[in-house]
Amino acid sequence: MEFNSKLLKELVTTYGPSGNETNICNYIKEQIKNYVDEITVDNLGNLIARKKGNGKKIMIAAHMDQIGLMITDIDENGFLRFTNIGGVSPFVSLNQHVIFENGVLGIIAMEPMDDISKLKLSNLFIDIGVKNKKEAESLVNIGDVCVYLPHYNENENTVFTSALDDRIGCYVAIETIKNIKNYKNDLYFVFTVQEEVGLRGAKTSAYKINPDICIALDVTGSGDTPKAKTFAVGLHKGTAIKVKDNSILTHPKLRNIMINVAKENNIAYQLEVLEYGGTDSGAVHLTREGVPSGVISIPTRYVHSTTEMVSKKDVLDSIKLLVKLLENDLDI
Amino acid sequence: MLLKKLTEASGVSGHEREVRNIIIDEIKDYVDDLKVDKLGNLIVFKKGKENPKKLMITAHMDEVGLMVIDIDDKGYIKFTTVGGIDKRILISKPVLIGDKKVPGVIGSKPMHLQKKEERDRAIEIDSLYIDIGVDSKEEALKFVNIGDYISFDSKYTEFGDNLIKAKALDNRVGCSLLIELIKEIEDVSFYGVFTVMEEIGLKGAGPAAYNVDPDICIVLEGTLCYDVPQIDTHLIPTRLNNGPAISLIDRTTIFNKTLREKIAEIARSNGIPYQYRKSSMGGNDSGKIHVTKEGSITATISVPCRNIHSPTSVMSKKDYENTLRLLKAILNEYKKGEFISGIQ
Repeated sequence: MEFNSKLLKELVTTYGPSGNETNICNYIKEQIKNYVDEITVDNLGNLIARKKGNGKKIMIAAHMDQIGLMITDIDENGFLRFTNIGGVSPFVSLNQHVIFENGVLGIIAMEPMDDISKLKLSNLFIDIGVKNKKEAESLVNIGDVCVYLPHYNENENTVFTSALDDRIGCYVAIETIKNIKNYKNDLYFVFTVQEEVGLRGAKTSAYKINPDICIALDVTGSGDTPKAKTFAVGLHKGTAIKVKDNSILTHPKLRNIMINVAKENNIAYQLEVLEYGGTDSGAVHLTREGVPSGVISIPTRYVHSTTEMVSKKDVLDSIKLLVKLLENDLDI
Repeated sequence: MLLKKLTEASGVSGHEREVRNIIIDEIKDYVDDLKVDKLGNLIVFKKGKENPKKLMITAHMDEVGLMVIDIDDKGYIKFTTVGGIDKRILISKPVLIGDKKVPGVIGSKPMHLQKKEERDRAIEIDSLYIDIGVDSKEEALKFVNIGDYISFDSKYTEFGDNLIKAKALDNRVGCSLLIELIKEIEDVSFYGVFTVMEEIGLKGAGPAAYNVDPDICIVLEGTLCYDVPQIDTHLIPTRLNNGPAISLIDRTTIFNKTLREKIAEIARSNGIPYQYRKSSMGGNDSGKIHVTKEGSITATISVPCRNIHSPTSVMSKKDYENTLRLLKAILNEYKKGEFISGIQ
């Protein structure tokens, strides 16, 4: 399988912060509609695509939302103030470009500060290059959400761009939908909303689907950069099979199937024990009477910054593992 | 007057009975179905014109307060907080303890006796006590028991230009609005839910939403108001007398954009002032409701309250009236049928 740079570039450059996923939802819908049997969008905006099968109901979840900034105030001179949607660092945000759904551009700047280590989001503002409040209000409303201006770069081995969290999971799901043939079960691919603010879309979509097994697809961190905290996951070492994070201890039988399938098919993998963070399977595994759940993670550097980085090979390994897993009975 | 009766009743989280009984008395003749669920939520249904999208309107009945944890040998009451209370507001406040409403006063070491470093910071709750005017543990136990709820003793007072001062405006103001809606609105089907235990983590709302399973929910609240002149505009969450506050985002919900824009549009077309709640802090029942079962779309409409979570919160009657007008206008719009597109 070739690395589909065009698809990933379009995924990371399509607007879709938590609570405003319509554009990215429509984009993904277009990509997959000819490869699935049913497509629905639920009350919260989760995109649910089914590939019908006879066996167990398998939910595959990748969140399509990204972190963003919501405008809360426009001052007399047309400067915008904002609050965070998801985990946004003031230090990462300083001097970055942002873009609104309607294409309005801005940059994030800060009030004068004596001690920059005390920087908070409330010290930052967005300058959209207008002369006054009236002009600003003709372009942006209170409640509008902007995202870091997307950009896409790659070399032979890696991709570096914003929003890989979790458009790379969406990419793995889409490529799997397109390529999988001999699947054994009833597959529900869910592109969830509002993961970044607390796994909210996963909760409602899992209730609706009532799956027998869930596999989430998301980024994880990496422990292979200078002076990184101990974490046995790095780039170019294969897909990562999650053992735990702060939202879940993955189901041991499902995890062992994942490991065995990787071994049998010579797919490079690493085991992930993450001491922070969480992903959709954290909400799904506690839904209704409980759902055995696991996670395929894509090792990622600089998560939640304006430039995240993944290894193309790790991404392709993740797709291979997911395809082979869905061709398995998943008898747990 | 309704809001006086509601705010002077005691209803600390987990002990909402007195408030619930007042509400039941007020609305029982105006609803088609009324039940109290296992957690104590009051769930009523008003039958009217059918709408394909099920609407639920909620207000939590509980308020923040205190609870007795120990009584010392001299009969002083030691206590803990129930819900979010700023310890700096507690000293010298009158309180009422237990169902018998035993009066007491929160006491502390007088400032004359405090060391300099003690004066520079808020006194810890551990060092505070409630004096109920007895001189032994034995005597105290005749009036008070461990586990008794304690609420602030504060009279509803109208003052200034249409302002009201009272305890528990968060969220008796929401209860009062919902009661008036239930009484006055005719020919619209909707569920009214008065929830329990919001202040200790949105406990009642989830089970209530599980039961009702709404498509659309409007949460009524009293919310943060801090509109002093010295602060930057973006740090002012809401302003008194600027009308109902529509929530954008808080720690528990990103409010549905289509619904909040629809509500703002209804306000504009009816000439009702409104403002956005410019803070992402706090959370309310919506956080549980919108992710219950298959999910629903939610909005929060609040009356701004200064000094929230204190014995003397302040709100404006004009804001109250405008919030009620907005709610009636929303229900009139909902009555027309296809209220909102874009939900499945």
